[in-house]
Amino acid sequence: MPAAGVVLIVAVVLIVLALVYYLVSTIVALQQITTGLDEAIAGVGEIIEKSAPVEPVVKDINANLDAGVDLLEGLLVKKAGLVDSMGLVEGLYPGAAAAGLRNFPDSTTVPVPRIAEVYTKGTLTLARLGREAPIAAASPNGPVLRNIEGGSLDARSLYPDTRQRRPEEMPRSPVIGTDSPVQYLPSEQRGGTTPDAAELSDKGEWAETAAEGIVPGELGGSDAPREMLEEDPELGSAVLGESTGSDEPATRGGIDRSAGDDADATSGNGSDT
Amino acid sequence: MTLWWIGDVLLLVVVLPVVVYLLRGVLDAARSIVPSVGRIAAAAQAGSKDLDAVPLLLTTQAQVKQTVEVVANYGGSLDTIVDDAD
Repeated sequence: MPAAGVVLIVAVVLIVLALVYYLVSTIVALQQITTGLDEAIAGVGEIIEKSAPVEPVVKDINANLDAGVDLLEGLLVKKAGLVDSMGLVEGLYPGAAAAGLRNFPDSTTVPVPRIAEVYTKGTLTLARLGREAPIAAASPNGPVLRNIEGGSLDARSLYPDTRQRRPEEMPRSPVIGTDSPVQYLPSEQRGGTTPDAAELSDKGEWAETAAEGIVPGELGGSDAPREMLEEDPELGSAVLGESTGSDEPATRGGIDRSAGDDADATSGNGSDT
Repeated sequence: MTLWWIGDVLLLVVVLPVVVYLLRGVLDAARSIVPSVGRIAAAAQAGSKDLDAVPLLLTTQAQVKQTVEVVANYGGSLDTIVDDAD
């Protein structure tokens, strides 16, 4: 074989060896790529599977939150009015009034009162609950406007006994005598309750005479100074005691105001016995 | 004979280097993809792991619903006991 033929064979062998080396290396690299892509596809599949229920759940959450926002915005505007609502919002979250309320486009243009600069937190709520709340107006004794004690007692009486602080089934003792928290002039207290404005209006002018006393104090009545009275004036006697000065019943059941509705003493000429 | 030698020289000097150059480029490109694919697979697995908390959205959904119901009841009570502005 000539030398040129040998060189040709050597050249071809070298080319084949190069092809084999690089192609095998490329195949190995591509196999690694395939393995990596399989792992990536598996991970992406898990992501798709896990995120599938996210959209309906988030939409449901947003729908519920939207309903809550609508409710609170509507309630706030209904109770406080649009202008005062924006004042309250601005007071709690400075700068939030500029964004306005979502369901009230006019809220961005109304003048915002400086409620937070004038009132401390809770002042308006307490004022409304204490003076104008319908819960107090529903009291059987009439509205408790400007009657702090009456309002407190009446409001407490509307709640179930489980909220009362006093022990269960323990009779309440009325506070009487000189240590009574409420002191009345003797002429104003003949037993029973002191007629208030509502009672006076209901019963008429005659009821006012009890408040004025039977005998005026300047003529020696029960309101007269001690030096004008006898040694043991009747109404000042500690033995006789005094009334409680309170409308609160002394028993848990109170007075049954309907007990005499069916009385027949007048229509039936009394009992046969 | 001279043409044979010329062919040998061309084969060794031109064809062999060109073949080696091209194959080396393909191999380098393939090898450069491998780490990128590895990072993609790792990111996908990490993303999948992050989504393990998705079932908690069901709890959030239920709690939001309960909260809104409580707010609605509270608002209804306020609507009853507090006067309207107008």
